[in-house]
Amino acid sequence: MSSELKHSPLEAAHLNLGARLVSFAGWNMPVQYTSIIDEHLAVRSKAGIFDISHMGQFFASGPGAETWLNRMFTNNLAKLTPGQGQYTLMLNENGGVIDDLIAYRTGESEYFLVVNASMIDEDFAWMTSHRDADASLRNESDLWAGMAVQGPLAREVFGRVFPADTLPPRNGIATTAGGGIVCRTGYTGEDGFEFFCPAADGGAWWQKFLTAGAAPCGLGARDTLRLEMGYPLNGNDLSPERTPVEAGLGFFCDLEKGDFIGREILARQKAEGPARKLTALQYTDKGPPPRAHYPVVSSDGRVIGELASGALSPSLMTGIGMAYLPAQYSKPGTELQIDVRSRLFPAKVVKKPFYKHSH
Amino acid sequence: MNIPSDLRYCPSHEWLRLEGDIATVGISDHAQQELTDVVFVELPATGRAVDAGDPTAVVESVKAASDIYAPVGGEVVEVNPEVEADPSLVNTDPYGKGWIFKLRVKNAADAATLMDADAYQAHLS
Repeated sequence: MSSELKHSPLEAAHLNLGARLVSFAGWNMPVQYTSIIDEHLAVRSKAGIFDISHMGQFFASGPGAETWLNRMFTNNLAKLTPGQGQYTLMLNENGGVIDDLIAYRTGESEYFLVVNASMIDEDFAWMTSHRDADASLRNESDLWAGMAVQGPLAREVFGRVFPADTLPPRNGIATTAGGGIVCRTGYTGEDGFEFFCPAADGGAWWQKFLTAGAAPCGLGARDTLRLEMGYPLNGNDLSPERTPVEAGLGFFCDLEKGDFIGREILARQKAEGPARKLTALQYTDKGPPPRAHYPVVSSDGRVIGELASGALSPSLMTGIGMAYLPAQYSKPGTELQIDVRSRLFPAKVVKKPFYKHSH
Repeated sequence: MNIPSDLRYCPSHEWLRLEGDIATVGISDHAQQELTDVVFVELPATGRAVDAGDPTAVVESVKAASDIYAPVGGEVVEVNPEVEADPSLVNTDPYGKGWIFKLRVKNAADAATLMDADAYQAHLS
């Protein structure tokens, strides 16, 4: 891990707001402003805004871009018309996950890719080394600021900041006044959008979104929000040793579109059923917050895996987590236990998402 | 930052109030601010004998679990069931309703070796 922390173009704004900054994926980022729980609940009930400037932005283009990217990613880009996007994954030759990302088609042969902060360099090197001659790829991650406005009131916030623009439909992408890019997506399970702009303009836009009613929220709330939805976090729930079929993301892998890196092993796992599955667990009683790496124990006392992610769910006020478990333990209703400091707390397998919308 | 002058403090941010041979222990205002939202407190069993520096309770925020160490040696004689039911008391009233456990101290003079409020204030700055 490089010792030099990267700084978001919004860092001064975070410090002004009294944020607590921590190192995340090599970036000095706000983990919270006031309270993770309050920020979490603000996103569920109103609107919150997250700095996502650490995430990576790639631009791919060229007559061969679609063919090339369809060989790199699991989902089928041919299904997208300009202005549409999709969640997709990039795999290694063994079907393990290098990164998960959102790919947008912005023109007939132009694509905008948003990748994880921790994987920017690795993704770019991998993609470049597999690039076709009639496609090009630019890494513009350092040039863009990014912010995600999320929550049931996110539409109203957008309307106040951009009275002349309309939000694209779900998973869509559009440009805005002032040279911005807006994507109707997020990582919280709420309606909302991600907004990208030239890095130097980031602070001004951030302030406009705050003035329009979005509450500043840190990475702490971002993590509990995504976990309540069962969304995976690369590095925790996704890894080069686990495939999307094991992670329960087969929906985003189009095995019929033609060959792509990792396809063979996905096809085999899909046919045979994966031996291990990323399984959602929820406490059946009170207990300490479950956390990554806590052992998961069967009802007859055997350690069958460990949590990949875990948290106290601020919406449900109970412990939730996800673990790769042998398939026979992954059925909803299965009674298991989570080992917290050598004490066992009862949990059961549930269906994702943990949190179901009331609106 | 609230640092009551009648308490003793540890470098690891526990406070101690000595009354006779009974020491009440909690975490400082500074510690609760650093931890942020306390969502779980794991209390020790009463009757347990502890030495100074032994991890005796656990206070957990959304992001992290922190050990609470016994400031002095003794026996756990009482724990606070209210912080188990409502862990946020550690945030809202760290020196009052947010106390965590009580020890019957082995040697009351040990408490005098801990920092007083001025020394703890200096420790924080």
